[in-house]
Amino acid sequence: MADAPDTADTPDAPTVPDAADAPDTAGGQAPRENVREDAREGIQGAEVQGEDVREGSALRERRLHPVTPLRRAWAPVAVVAGWAVHDPDQVQRQLARLTMTTLLVGLAVLVPAAALYGFLSWWFTHYAVTDSELRIRTGLLFRRTAHIRLERIQAVDVTRPLLARVVGVAKLRLDVVGTDKKDELAYLGEDDAQRLRAELLARAAGFAPETAHEVGEAPVRRLLHVPPGVLAVSLLLTGATWGMLIAAVVVPPVLWFATHSVWTVLATGVPLLGAAGASSVGRFVGEYDWTVGESPDGLRIDHGLLDHAHETVPPGRVQTVRVVEPLLWRRRGWVRVELDVAGSANSVLVPVAPREVAASVIARVLPGVTVPEGLSRPPRMAGRCLPLWWRGHGLAVTDTVFAARRGLLRRTTALVPHAKVQSVRLAQGPWARVQGLADVHVDTGANKTVTARLRDAAEAADLLYAQADRSRTGRREARPDRWMA
Amino acid sequence: METGSPGTTGDTAAGAVSETGSGTAAGTASGTVAGTASGGVVGAASAGVAGPEWTGLPPGLLRMRRLLLVVWLVPLTLAAALLPGLLAGPVWAAFALVPAAVLAWGWPMLGRNWRSWRYAERSDDLLISRGVLWHEETVVPYGRMQLVEVTSGPVERHFGLASVQLHTAAAATDATIPGLDPREAERLRDRLTQLGEARSAGL
Repeated sequence: MADAPDTADTPDAPTVPDAADAPDTAGGQAPRENVREDAREGIQGAEVQGEDVREGSALRERRLHPVTPLRRAWAPVAVVAGWAVHDPDQVQRQLARLTMTTLLVGLAVLVPAAALYGFLSWWFTHYAVTDSELRIRTGLLFRRTAHIRLERIQAVDVTRPLLARVVGVAKLRLDVVGTDKKDELAYLGEDDAQRLRAELLARAAGFAPETAHEVGEAPVRRLLHVPPGVLAVSLLLTGATWGMLIAAVVVPPVLWFATHSVWTVLATGVPLLGAAGASSVGRFVGEYDWTVGESPDGLRIDHGLLDHAHETVPPGRVQTVRVVEPLLWRRRGWVRVELDVAGSANSVLVPVAPREVAASVIARVLPGVTVPEGLSRPPRMAGRCLPLWWRGHGLAVTDTVFAARRGLLRRTTALVPHAKVQSVRLAQGPWARVQGLADVHVDTGANKTVTARLRDAAEAADLLYAQADRSRTGRREARPDRWMA
Repeated sequence: METGSPGTTGDTAAGAVSETGSGTAAGTASGTVAGTASGGVVGAASAGVAGPEWTGLPPGLLRMRRLLLVVWLVPLTLAAALLPGLLAGPVWAAFALVPAAVLAWGWPMLGRNWRSWRYAERSDDLLISRGVLWHEETVVPYGRMQLVEVTSGPVERHFGLASVQLHTAAAATDATIPGLDPREAERLRDRLTQLGEARSAGL
């Protein structure tokens, strides 16, 4: 076994682990010291910078775009509209009771109050970029300051919803593990947002603070573009889309014949139609013009027909990659690629692409990784635990990734780089024990678990320890948080 | 335990044998564990050539669980016997057999479950192994630990027990060691945080 040399020395346990550890810790410590020094330099830099900032603090601390207060202006209108739709009779009665004067007084109070609140909340929201963090100061009564460490950025998204595009503003969101929704900058001018993203990424990459401004937008090399035709065909070949549409068309008439109640039909029909629309038209609109590019500051994903989204994932942040092959796509050799980044909501890397193209994109996202072919199936015994579907499961471990496949009709292959493994678990139920089988779970930082199901028990036990070892060595070779420094 | 470890502890089949081992073997194992735990020394079973050296849990946890089982089920048995027996006729008192059976079945089950819990501190990761029917073994690298927690509820405190829980960036990592001696729990916490700091890595 791999740890035989370690444990052979266990009788004099107090000394030997230390000795065994010594090279480890030295190896592990050296880069850390560097990082710490970097941080210390960074802090010194910040102090020096701080004095500068204090002089020109108005210059450094910035406000959001002035249209920001209007972004919640539709909310009261929506509430009133919702109420009116929900209960039309009562609305009419209430409206009849309203006289002109009460209406005017109400408006005279409400509108300035709302305007004042909007203005003040905008006035008291500031953001500033120091060389190690982004600070966001918000709050009128309850002040809140968020300090977001730049080297811990998992992804940066600039999104431009339809209305914001009309006005020419954009929303900037930093994905850092543990941030909440408040930590997005909405709205910034479009140019500001681009510039800020470039600056944040340059600083996160480790460029010196003085040059971070000048680095500018890193050049992008386009890796992949999904033509609208292919996207449309791929959605037509997705079973879920058709299932939703058929349900939306069939269920309401059936309910009508069964109950003859308009409300029941509406209550089920509207959500069904909504879901069908979201899974077909919504997906098409959202994934329209999907472009994946590569730049020194990370992976760029741009997409959207109405709402534009520009996502940037810095190098080394991807925790897992999943290659999904729906049944109807297989003849064309198309796959969908999803990725998981800790603290980030966006999960699609490639909505549809030929397998070889997708593999080349994955090779850029996870450097040195090839999608393993010919995964090993579970032993025949697995059929007794999971009839038929056991054939869909598979496992391959290369020197860079742990890859597990599941699913018979819709095949999903999940890849985890060894360096991203948080913990490894072996689980075995009573029936699996009788068959001599066990599952191996690999947990990653994006709260995703990749499972190699129904492996031979002895193989699984070996895999458990071997995976722990591989993850340790994988981590040692992993990129630092600041990838350009 | 001692019977299981000299072979191959990495092999789950061997692990299963040691868990369902004979009463005498289990007795000696629990004896050694009790001794080491009270002494606060690491390494219960003298590890063989291969495999990590496992530490079992102190018997306090088993005592607590069994006591809780009795405290809940004995009154339930009495109630199930007396209420229907007095109100509906003596035949209905047979209901009491259900909680009594649970008690009789739970007593040894708790023992088996307690014996199955063990942990090992290796040079770079912590192993936790548990469960008889649903066996689970977890490997958590020290460098991945985000937080080490020592908790102790009121009942646990009364029995002088504490549990150590490890958190990584993955919520699925379920690494808890229950029913430790508080001193051992603190020692483990300090050692784990120390090792975690030495080997820490980003996400």
